[in-house]
Amino acid sequence: MFDFSIVTNWFNNLLTGCMPEWAAILVECVVIGVLILLTYTVLALFYILYERKLCAWFQCRLGPMRVGKWGLLQVFADMFKILIKELISLKGTDRFLFKLAPYIIITSSVTMLACLPWGNGLQIIDYNIGIFFILAVSSVGVLGILLAGWSSNNKYTLIGAMRSGAQMVSYELSLGISLISIVVFAGTMNISELVAEQESAWFLFRGHIPAIIAFIIYVIAATAETNRGPFDLPEAEHELIAGYHTEYSGIHFGFFYLAEYLNLFIVSGIASLMFLGGWMPFHVPGWDGFNAVMNYIPGPIWFLAKAFFISFVIIWFKWTFPRVRIDQMLSFEWKYLMPFSLANLVLMAVCVAFGWHF
Amino acid sequence: MKREDFKDNEYIDKLVEELNATGANVAVGKLDQLINWGISNSLWPLCFGTSCCAIEFMSLGAARYDMARFGFEVARNSPRQADYIMVQGTIVHRMAPAVRRLYEQLAEPKYVIACGGCAVSGGPFKNSYCVVPGVDQILPVDVYIPGCPPRPEAFFYGLMQLQRKIKVQKFFGGVNRKEKIEEFFKAHPEERGQID
Amino acid sequence: MSDIKEVISRVCPDATFEEGECLTVNVPDKSWAAFARELKENRELDFDVLSAVVGMDWKESLGVIYYFTSTSHNWDVLAVKVAVADRENPMIHSVSNLWKVALFQEREVYDFYGIKFINHPDMRRFFLRNDWKGFPLRKDYDANPELNPIPADDEQNEDDTVSYVEDEKGNIKKVPGKVFAPEEYVVNIGPQHPSTHGVMRFRVAVDGEIVNKVDVVSGYIHRGIEKLCEGLGYPQILHFTDRMDYMSAMQNRHCLCLCIEKALGVEAPRRAQVIRVIMDELMRISSHLLSFGCTAMDLGATTAFFYGFREREMVLDIFEKTCGARMSMNYNVIGGVIADIHPDFVKDVKELLRIMPGALKEYHTVFSGNLIAKNRLKEVGMLSKEEAINYCITGPSGRGSNWSCDCRKKHPYAVYSEVQFEEILEDGCDSYARYMVRMREIEQSCKIIEQLIDKIPEGDIRAQVPKIIKLPAGRWYQQVEASRGTFGVYIESDGSKNPYRVHFQSPCFNLVGVMDLTCKGNMIADLITIGAALDFVIPDIDR
Repeated sequence: MFDFSIVTNWFNNLLTGCMPEWAAILVECVVIGVLILLTYTVLALFYILYERKLCAWFQCRLGPMRVGKWGLLQVFADMFKILIKELISLKGTDRFLFKLAPYIIITSSVTMLACLPWGNGLQIIDYNIGIFFILAVSSVGVLGILLAGWSSNNKYTLIGAMRSGAQMVSYELSLGISLISIVVFAGTMNISELVAEQESAWFLFRGHIPAIIAFIIYVIAATAETNRGPFDLPEAEHELIAGYHTEYSGIHFGFFYLAEYLNLFIVSGIASLMFLGGWMPFHVPGWDGFNAVMNYIPGPIWFLAKAFFISFVIIWFKWTFPRVRIDQMLSFEWKYLMPFSLANLVLMAVCVAFGWHF
Repeated sequence: MKREDFKDNEYIDKLVEELNATGANVAVGKLDQLINWGISNSLWPLCFGTSCCAIEFMSLGAARYDMARFGFEVARNSPRQADYIMVQGTIVHRMAPAVRRLYEQLAEPKYVIACGGCAVSGGPFKNSYCVVPGVDQILPVDVYIPGCPPRPEAFFYGLMQLQRKIKVQKFFGGVNRKEKIEEFFKAHPEERGQID
Repeated sequence: MSDIKEVISRVCPDATFEEGECLTVNVPDKSWAAFARELKENRELDFDVLSAVVGMDWKESLGVIYYFTSTSHNWDVLAVKVAVADRENPMIHSVSNLWKVALFQEREVYDFYGIKFINHPDMRRFFLRNDWKGFPLRKDYDANPELNPIPADDEQNEDDTVSYVEDEKGNIKKVPGKVFAPEEYVVNIGPQHPSTHGVMRFRVAVDGEIVNKVDVVSGYIHRGIEKLCEGLGYPQILHFTDRMDYMSAMQNRHCLCLCIEKALGVEAPRRAQVIRVIMDELMRISSHLLSFGCTAMDLGATTAFFYGFREREMVLDIFEKTCGARMSMNYNVIGGVIADIHPDFVKDVKELLRIMPGALKEYHTVFSGNLIAKNRLKEVGMLSKEEAINYCITGPSGRGSNWSCDCRKKHPYAVYSEVQFEEILEDGCDSYARYMVRMREIEQSCKIIEQLIDKIPEGDIRAQVPKIIKLPAGRWYQQVEASRGTFGVYIESDGSKNPYRVHFQSPCFNLVGVMDLTCKGNMIADLITIGAALDFVIPDIDR
């Protein structure tokens, strides 16, 4: 595979060659910051269109068609509109927290996006505890939702925020445990090493039964974690108007809207990273010719394709299943999903200890 | 949409003339065009159906008519996030303050469409003791869609008229509320500091 | 009928009788409370269903006409007339302790006529604002718009209620009360809410997610149809029925036409009767499809909604070809139907009948068979058969509680006595049972249409009726089975070309009455599904 660190190193050398090191780091930070925000926006816009087109397809409709060819410019029109919408100030809100909440949410999702590996060497943050860091940052998002719901001074948003708090805190457990099973298998939390481990075959195949169970648990928990149907209780449109972001207008609402879609990409990205090899092409041990052909497809395309596929499945859930009720949702997590994922962790540990894997 | 197909709207022609007469500088004018393009192609309705017309509005969203083609399908239930209120059905005395408040809760720029005979003029219930004879008594209506209930095609025609109207509006100095907030504070000095 | 007369004269010597369409009993208010108890509890009378409460203003007196039926005595109809002469402070004893359906019905009468009901727990206005001046359906109502201008502000003191309690000595005391205790956490759902199916408003006291009490605030689309009718001629009032329950437009209008035809002594030609029945059943299919879609959408399964609408469009096409409109068809007229069926009608209907079984199977795959949907609907919103009868919950919702109450079977009209169909009953008593009744009724409707579609007789589509229709003096009550339950029309005529009083007994009015009962102890999310499964249409409640 082409190693992107060649490009980044060349750029680094170029900068350090003509300016002091602190200035070079500053410039690099700015460049990366701009790039990541750009990626964030483009991805979020793509996802909005992706979901609208997909749901139209499920529902025997066409979806956006009139703005641009096949409605490709629809999301840009929406973006312009949201940008110029009035930001309504409300009486009786906690003004500081009300305005802080959307930024907390958007910050946590941008930080998570920064951790994802896009290709060989194409990664911004590469900690040795990378996956742990992602999980930790994702929990910050809950705080934003709780603050948004609480500071709006509205009963619907409060109920939405409380539901969201209960839901995300509980499903984070299964999510974490299913990821830990893979960490146990791989023996590392470093994201680049996790990907490199999957060169011979993806973890989903190498870890066979426990990995597949972990994958299924992960997808369910990730759906709940992103507040998407059938677990979209915090913003259950038909019960709570718009849930925790009922009172937000303009770009503040836009932040919630973007973050919701980007979180979908991020959980899909993590799934592709942990179970489907991230940017690693599909390799079958022993089939060298096939593997070489697969290597011709660049890493970022592999990564995006896998992430989009998993997002497709999650979107499919949303448009097919009815919404669950809060007590059903919690009992599903605490009575079934969590014990099951713990048992699966033990199974995985046993498999690793005895070497029962590929 | 070609202008020849819609030459029938004198009101919009008058708006265009006004716009041409006063003029705008090039940068602001271009920005206006871009923003108006954005607004007119991303009209998110506030779900607000009171009677029969609401069912036809649901048909409008369903597969055969599919208003998603125009990007109208993101129906928001919170008035803060919607662009226009589509009054579908009779407004009665008990409802009137609620409609008015919903309109005030919409974020600028905001528009009103009156759908169906009842919202346009009170319709068959005009003589009743508690029916508001036309929603224009309490809200500034932009587009009227007659019918009882209007056919989905009529809804589309009405929405396209709204799009046309938006495309010729002046965003800066026209519908943008930021410039009006100072006037509001002048009228209500006690509110300053309460909201910002 | 004569033995009922005997029993009544025995238990209530004050009662006098009037002959008319059905047996009418005149009872003075002083013996009304005791007589009402006898009506309900005496095994010989056993009138357990209070099907209509009609407020009346006879100029010299105000009063109420109650229509009772009995499930055990062959669905006999009995009318009871209670009148009071005091126009300033009219008071009648409440029967809401015996028939719970009267809780809301009597509030409606109070709202329209100002008749206060003694011992009614909650004597607030129902449709109009609590600061409304005057009682609009009284004949001497001052309709000056300056008295009641379009309000700019919300109502005040919404929590205040009042009741008129009678002590043992017969003194009546005014007792103020509160709807909600001040410490309760009250969430306001509506009037603009995506899942109240219109502009209904519920004020819900919640404890966390659990619903403790639901207070129904109605009247956000109260258009005063009954008052408007009094100023119009009979052919002119027909179109209002299409706009009340717009999902049972055909049946409602059928009912009104039947009632006027009954009074005129006219019968529609057979061809018209068959067409009317086919149209009624098509309307029922369309209504149940919408109900399926909305239930699915309220539960968050948006895709199922689109599938329901796909088939509904076919029904609407059939309507459009014959009637010229997708909704508000205005098809039935006095004496028949307004236009003959379209040449494609039979072909289109057969195509629909061909598609429906497959479509139903698809709905069950997409939605009803889903585990989450089942968990959400089952054991939620329990309503026992006794409660359904007491609250007069008819239609699919009542049949979901295993109460056989289909008007097409109990009082057959048009050609329903000649067709074979099954009355769908489910014994689940929960939201799922109500939902399943609807889905299975679509099959039965198809079956009815199948039997009739090839046998539409030739002939006139309209009977000869006079140009200016004047009904003889008297009163008539007619019921049909609309999509959501038994729809009743009451007409009182004084012999002129305008009706003296028209009352529409809408099924949804009763449905919304059980919201408090069914939601108590469930969660907020269940309130939405219960509402969806009861499937009320708000303009039908408010009229």
